[in-house]
Amino acid sequence: MQPFSKFTGLVIPLDRANVDTDAIIPKQYLKSIKRTGFGPNLFDDWRYLDPGEPGMDHGKRRINPDFVLNKPAYQGGEILLGRENFGCGSSREHAVWALTDYGIRAVIAPSFADIFYNNSFKNGLLPIALSEAEVDSLFTRANKGDGFSLEIDLEAQQVRSGDGDVYRFEIDPFRKYCLLEGLDDIALTLQHADDIRAYEARRQAEAPWLFATH
Amino acid sequence: MTGKTLYDKLWESHVVREEDDGTALLYIDRHLVHEVTSPQAFEGLRLAGRDVWKRSSVLAVPDHNVPTTHREAGITDPVAKIQIETLDENCRAFGLTEFTMDDIRQGIVHVIGPEQGATLPGMTVVCGDSHTSTHGAFGALAHGIGTSEVEHVLATQCLLQKKMKNMLVSVDGEAGPGVTAKDIVLAIIAEIGTAGGTGYAIEFGGDAIRALSMEGRMTVCNMAIEAGARAGMVAVDDVTIDYLRGRPWAPAGDLWERAVAQWRDLVSDADAVFDKVVRIDASAIELQVTWGTSPEMVLPVSASIPDPAAEADPVKADGIRRALDYMGLEAGQAITDIMVDKVFIGSCTNSRIEDLRAAASVVEGRKVADNIKLAMVVPGSGLVKKQAEDEGLDAIFRAAGFEWRDSGCSMCLAMNADRLEPGERCASTSNRNFEGRQGQGGRTHLVSPAMAAAAAIEGRFVDVRNVS
Ligand code: SF4
Repeated sequence: MQPFSKFTGLVIPLDRANVDTDAIIPKQYLKSIKRTGFGPNLFDDWRYLDPGEPGMDHGKRRINPDFVLNKPAYQGGEILLGRENFGCGSSREHAVWALTDYGIRAVIAPSFADIFYNNSFKNGLLPIALSEAEVDSLFTRANKGDGFSLEIDLEAQQVRSGDGDVYRFEIDPFRKYCLLEGLDDIALTLQHADDIRAYEARRQAEAPWLFATH
Repeated sequence: MTGKTLYDKLWESHVVREEDDGTALLYIDRHLVHEVTSPQAFEGLRLAGRDVWKRSSVLAVPDHNVPTTHREAGITDPVAKIQIETLDENCRAFGLTEFTMDDIRQGIVHVIGPEQGATLPGMTVVCGDSHTSTHGAFGALAHGIGTSEVEHVLATQCLLQKKMKNMLVSVDGEAGPGVTAKDIVLAIIAEIGTAGGTGYAIEFGGDAIRALSMEGRMTVCNMAIEAGARAGMVAVDDVTIDYLRGRPWAPAGDLWERAVAQWRDLVSDADAVFDKVVRIDASAIELQVTWGTSPEMVLPVSASIPDPAAEADPVKADGIRRALDYMGLEAGQAITDIMVDKVFIGSCTNSRIEDLRAAASVVEGRKVADNIKLAMVVPGSGLVKKQAEDEGLDAIFRAAGFEWRDSGCSMCLAMNADRLEPGERCASTSNRNFEGRQGQGGRTHLVSPAMAAAAAIEGRFVDVRNVS
């Protein structure tokens, strides 16, 4: 995983609550066995007017001009601004892959669904929870469509606007560290392989049926 | 010392090590795997040259993409076919147990785990699927994970986790006649909202939960995720133990006795403290129908569609307006005036034998209404299907005009050929009514199996107790 560095990005305001992972990436694209290539189908049902299927040339489909991702003012955006309970529903990590494949590097919302939140960190996508009031004010700014950008500084745990506003966010120290360093969780865990084996030996004595083979 | 909750006990018995900041390595006993969320995880293992840590913990099954008709002819969708073949191939290569598509034990992953006794009390159970919460019905700690975590569990048998908070949802007293587990859980979601359980592990308790069968408890825990909680659980009692006795993967003989003795402790202590307690009066729960595009948009069948103009919160009012528009409904319309196009009885929420019996008892001797384009029953597993056929339920459904299918996820998420066309309205026993969930532009109303059966017979939503 790439280390997460400080960046400034254009903000895309997606003004809906409870955006679910079915909406982020519809089920027909989950048949892929790869981790990449989901970007063109991010928010597929909202973004295009015609139904999409895997394998189509998505560049030739009819786009929905009213959907925020299609508006000229938000092209190249790297920060998605959302409402409460962002990423609810299915556990599909494809939702995060679609966001990152599209070029989103951070999502700001008042709250996130647990599994989505967790999946984000595994893919270098930073979910930032700010208060309802802060998110509201960001929507007011971003809705103007005049190139509103934010600087995301994970190290300092700050979101900064060009006009001097600073929003502080909380993040679990371990997650922050892994993201900043671009660490592979599995390698980290395997450093504790002896602890895992010791646990297994203890547990097998207590509850041998958990170790049965079938 | 204060007592422990069921969740505390499950958590503590699985911590391998804990960092100062509370991040723990949590040991995983059972890892269920399906075709959609696993290929990238196996690919990750291969790229890193890693092996599976504990093969015996894995049970794999294809369910999301499998066809529910003419299965013997194989899969016609080439993309789905590759995905299922990839699962078969990965299981072969890594030496993992898989119930392949032609195995009678194949079915929806959350149906077959309990059916086989592969889900046991006291276990940690994970799957790359959010409805893994289902397995918590057995006094297990069960939750969905993403694909990176699937890879992590395959490689290390552990997950990196922080402890969640404890919530008790106590459904007190006795539910009224005809009120099912599905109505109870929809009423719970109506009460706490789709994000109400975020950050919590929910224990469902109270007389009305204790009175449910294991299958009913699974229905309730299945939808814990629709209330925002990754894990839902029910304490172990005789109902749990009776269900498991003699299941193929359950312990037997002396081990069974030892296991049961341990399982009896899988209850919250009387003096345990929960971070949050929600009490619901079971006798006030009515038969539920969702009307919108989020499971919390749910009302009693006797109610009318809400008016966004009456909602003070502008974000909520906007949500209602958007939902009514998508669903093609008018504020003030009676739910019983909503006509239905398709009926789907199935999914990991409601495709077990008791669900099929409940639906069949409504359908028996009646006919599906003329306006219904398709009514289908998709049993949760090959074994459920066989049992239903042994009981003659398939004949009842077919005689009424239902299609009787092979097991799988089917129209719950419409990854295979079973789907809604744009604008079609469905009475569905599944768990998600999101936009496009059952097919692009499709309109989903979540109900219990009996209510879905009643909608098929009447062609619109009705109180099943009034079906004459
Ligand atoms: S039946 Fe539906 S909810 Fe359950 S596992 Fe399958 S797709 Fe997911």
